[in-house]
Amino acid sequence: MVDPWTVDLSLYGWIALMGFLVATACGLVGNYLILRRMALMGDAVSHSVLPGLVIAFLFSSSRGTGAMFLGALAAGIAATVLIEAIHRKTRVKQDAAMGIAFSTLFAIGVLLVSLYSEHVDLDADCVLYGEIAFVPLEPMVTWLGVTLGPVSLVRMAAVLLVVVGLIFAFYKELLVASFDEALARATGINPTWLHYGLMSVLSVVIVSAFESVGAILVIAMLILPGATASLMTDRLGVMHAIAVGHAAVSAWLGVSLGVWLDCSIGAAMVVAGAAIFTLVWAGAVLRRWQRRMGHDVEPVPATSVPR
Amino acid sequence: MNAKQSPAPLEIHDLTVAYHKKPVVWGVDLEVPAGQLIGIIGPNGAGKSTLIKACMGLLPTHSGWVKVFGKPLKADPTRVGYVPQRESVDWDFPVSVMDVVLMGRYGRLGLIRRPGKEDREIARECLDRVKLLPYANRQISNLSGGQQQRVFLARALAQQADLYFMDEPFAGVDAATEAAIVTVLEDLRDQGKTLLVVHHDLPTARSYFDSLLLLNMNVVAFGPTESVFTAEMLQKTYGGRLTILSEVASTLAAEEGGNPVRR
Repeated sequence: MVDPWTVDLSLYGWIALMGFLVATACGLVGNYLILRRMALMGDAVSHSVLPGLVIAFLFSSSRGTGAMFLGALAAGIAATVLIEAIHRKTRVKQDAAMGIAFSTLFAIGVLLVSLYSEHVDLDADCVLYGEIAFVPLEPMVTWLGVTLGPVSLVRMAAVLLVVVGLIFAFYKELLVASFDEALARATGINPTWLHYGLMSVLSVVIVSAFESVGAILVIAMLILPGATASLMTDRLGVMHAIAVGHAAVSAWLGVSLGVWLDCSIGAAMVVAGAAIFTLVWAGAVLRRWQRRMGHDVEPVPATSVPR
Repeated sequence: MNAKQSPAPLEIHDLTVAYHKKPVVWGVDLEVPAGQLIGIIGPNGAGKSTLIKACMGLLPTHSGWVKVFGKPLKADPTRVGYVPQRESVDWDFPVSVMDVVLMGRYGRLGLIRRPGKEDREIARECLDRVKLLPYANRQISNLSGGQQQRVFLARALAQQADLYFMDEPFAGVDAATEAAIVTVLEDLRDQGKTLLVVHHDLPTARSYFDSLLLLNMNVVAFGPTESVFTAEMLQKTYGGRLTILSEVASTLAAEEGGNPVRR
């Protein structure tokens, strides 16, 4: 288990750091998805970006980051608009609308890949599963003579900074729009724009993350940190902090596990994250059980104030 | 009417609201006077909630317009306060009682700015007015129904609005809480605020409100409680729901028989 950290820290250090950045960005955005009861929006957007990637690739005929980013972002927003449109203009409920939009967009993506397969140097496996172990092999980014790190890691760090900045700036707007949309609207905060903003950020996070952990595993990173945090706290600020902690531990454990078992590190990170969730859950159950056994009489502290 | 008179807190002209192309509220014309506690009553499905949501711009309107203090609501949303139905939010949401009351200040803060010391002070006063100050740091899921309702009331107080819309603030609360809420509403009225309260209990409606708006998809009657709360008007509003009506009719009859009719 100790191997990765003693043998080649610089190699596995980059991988673990990348895993941490991905899981943190996903976890922070994911907290809002969980609170807004649209956890599967991550699933929807991560599938929907495929046609955007293919179209961007066909137009720019390169896998340059800029074009891919824009393509995926456009597709992510298109998916959000489509879901809203189906849900608002018909009687179809939001979850069903989500199912229609993302499966259709994904299918269009697959169709485009197979139609233009001779021109498209896009590896569907890579999009779906990613490979975080390749991160240290990427060209290094240097800035003002300082080596910052591999390209995708620097990009992910920048995305995380933007995510943290936006959450900090719009904390109260996101809070009220997630808790009570009507109050937000009545007080002049537009929840629709916030929703599209959140979905755009989600698309950006997914696109920058899935090269390393893969589109499917991004979904896990969006939900696991927040779900674990929500078992441990009932304050949003603390929930964010715990999500970051969860990200750090699952990245470190994931690299250890992946190296030890010689398996996909991305998948190992998700398994580690899920294990932490299970532990926390078991802890919560145990505590409740202990409390019930401990004092049968009065589990809730009595208050001096009349109800 | 002299020119100096300030515009009515709420003016509605020919308002029609539809859900999936079926009208829920239509042709509402209304001018609400200032400084009154007004009850909105009517049968289920009469469009009571729909009307107040449409007034606050929460629902798309099919036709007509709403003016708040002579201007469209968007001109100054801080003049309007809101108490939604208790079930409209998720009470497991990870926020404290204080956080929820502070949300009442958001409209005045504008984008990005966070609530400051002064806002916290106001929120604390509002919590005190509904007797929930000791609960300020509790998570909102650890509250009884009546307490949740009072959190929403405190939040509305924190909005420091001039016109309030309240959607069934008495739903699912015990008698003591109901009395406490009524006191707060009367205080607000006495400060010159205007309150429109959706209510569905006829006997108490008569004693709580200065004016009543009888609604059944359109306005059946609007006026001072003593002139509107009549068996005839209620019959028109509720149609054939005889059980409620006969109850009310008998209380009315008993009172009119017992005391000379107030005129």
